[in-house]
Amino acid sequence: MPDPRRGPNRLGAMSEITREQVEHLAGLARIALTPDEIEKLTGELGHIVDSIAKVQEVAGQDVPATSHPIPLSNVFRDDVVGETLTQEQALAGAPEHDGSRFKVSAILGEEQ
Amino acid sequence: MSDDLIRLSAADLASKLASGEVSSVEATKAHLDRIASVDKDVHAFLHVSEAALQTAAEIDAKRKAGEKLGPLAGVPIAIKDVLCTSDMPSTSGSKILEGWVPPYDATVVAKLRAADLVPLGKTNMDEFAMGSSTEFSAYGPTHNPWNLDRIPGGSGGGSAAAVAAFEAPLALGSDTGGSIRQPGAVTGTVGVKPTYGSVSRYGAIALASSLDQVGPVSRTVLDSALLHDVIKGHDKRDSTSLRDEWPSFADAATAGLAPGSLQGVKIGIVKELNGDGFQQGVKARFADAVALLTSAGAEIVEVSAPSFEYAISAYYLILPAEASSNLAKFDSVRFGLRVNPEGGGTVEQVMSATREQGFGPEVKRRIILGTYALSAGYYDAYYGSAQKVRTLVQRDFARMFDEVDILLSPSAPTTAFPIGEKIDDPLAMYLNDLTTIPANLAGIPGMSIPMGLADEDGLPTGIQLMAPAREDARLYTYGAALEQLFEQSWGHTLISKAPSLSASEQSAATEGVV
Repeated sequence: MPDPRRGPNRLGAMSEITREQVEHLAGLARIALTPDEIEKLTGELGHIVDSIAKVQEVAGQDVPATSHPIPLSNVFRDDVVGETLTQEQALAGAPEHDGSRFKVSAILGEEQ
Repeated sequence: MSDDLIRLSAADLASKLASGEVSSVEATKAHLDRIASVDKDVHAFLHVSEAALQTAAEIDAKRKAGEKLGPLAGVPIAIKDVLCTSDMPSTSGSKILEGWVPPYDATVVAKLRAADLVPLGKTNMDEFAMGSSTEFSAYGPTHNPWNLDRIPGGSGGGSAAAVAAFEAPLALGSDTGGSIRQPGAVTGTVGVKPTYGSVSRYGAIALASSLDQVGPVSRTVLDSALLHDVIKGHDKRDSTSLRDEWPSFADAATAGLAPGSLQGVKIGIVKELNGDGFQQGVKARFADAVALLTSAGAEIVEVSAPSFEYAISAYYLILPAEASSNLAKFDSVRFGLRVNPEGGGTVEQVMSATREQGFGPEVKRRIILGTYALSAGYYDAYYGSAQKVRTLVQRDFARMFDEVDILLSPSAPTTAFPIGEKIDDPLAMYLNDLTTIPANLAGIPGMSIPMGLADEDGLPTGIQLMAPAREDARLYTYGAALEQLFEQSWGHTLISKAPSLSASEQSAATEGVV
């Protein structure tokens, strides 16, 4: 766990969001952004991150994290077959299928 | 006759339906006619049901046959497009789901059908509920019925505008950071975000799973209570669904109308939610409300929530983080759009081309931001810190609710702003939800009701009530009491002052837009 007080210095400066970083994030998020979009998002992301980095000011080590506002635990159901979609229903919205399976293009490119 | 029908509250329409004075076919037709006459200008609907009149006829037949029907049987309702409907497209305002008809109904939609309400259609929204103005809908903005050049709030601007324009007496919305309450405020209508987990989200297209909640939209507090009674309760298909038994919210609302219902009630005014940056007219109406409550015997206490200063920042880390994960399902394989890049490509290239074309600017912005917040090296500093702020917000609420029965603030810092004004300024847009976000972070219920018109622009303002988790009934009791106080002091309902959107005003307004 890094010291949160180091955060703003290490991360907060706007110039640290670079074009290359946005390109990389777009790749991770599987969105083929155009060069113009990358340019625009680089600036916007910098502003937004600058403004929201202040969460680090109050997030001390002694404060526990909350992931769900009203936590529930051990939410199980009986291990029996439930109501499921038919194959036809499951395929009904697919861009392409062969009647029993979803169809996609090649998983691996030529260089792989 | 049909104009009278559309102006009735859901409760009054339901009693006319029950007595046989009006049929569901007549009520449904009146609303469909209204949609046909005004929705070209308002654009609250993305899809109007072709089955509505048939559904209404079936309900009339059941009633004629002497079947026992629920309190809202035969009443028409609009449904936010974030909710899956097996007989209508469900796009969540996105091109990536254009024309998609889900193979099942959301649990709340199934509950509406089981209670014999009549689905009228699907309402417009910011794409995947990301926005505060409905301008980020991929299908064009919704216009505020009070002034067609203004935004109707968001993301549920379509649902709020539909009830404000008398196109439907009721609607369903979803609220992740204010998407029910803020549109309610700027359209002079009522909207409720229930306790997290108290209404099923199965079949609600997820935005941020630790924040999302489905809730009612209406023109009166009692109508929201009646709708909330239909949709509440445990759902085994939603693993965050609470197993609580809920009281009748309609009874809770009715209790608020009794004389003296505000006597001795301790009401907290949240210092941090009524300060700099709030529009003058909003602050003035809020001061009026506090004075009214005092005169009705309520005890007003100023309370403070120091963590709220950080709430909006925490929200804009948690929401994008969760959204970037939830929206990974739009992968061009199982449903929705597929775009093949020129010359073909691998499944990953197809996916990237599809998401580039299918997602709008705000969705891309938030996915990239969320991916950043969750990436290695930044996770603890951003997402982890935001989750800690969430704990602090919960602690502030717990402390305030030790002192008071209910909390009050303006529902939104401003009235409806002009369409286009903030579209290129994400940070300014994000501030619209300043007042509503803390309730989502803490999972507590919140309600917005009309608070009067701002002097400077004559547009609606809203007041927000917040109660402890699981105490939704308090919102209905005190909300109904406050609504009654306001209406007695004004001598009319607020919505009765909305423009009629009759033919002449329609064309004048349209000319204004063009």
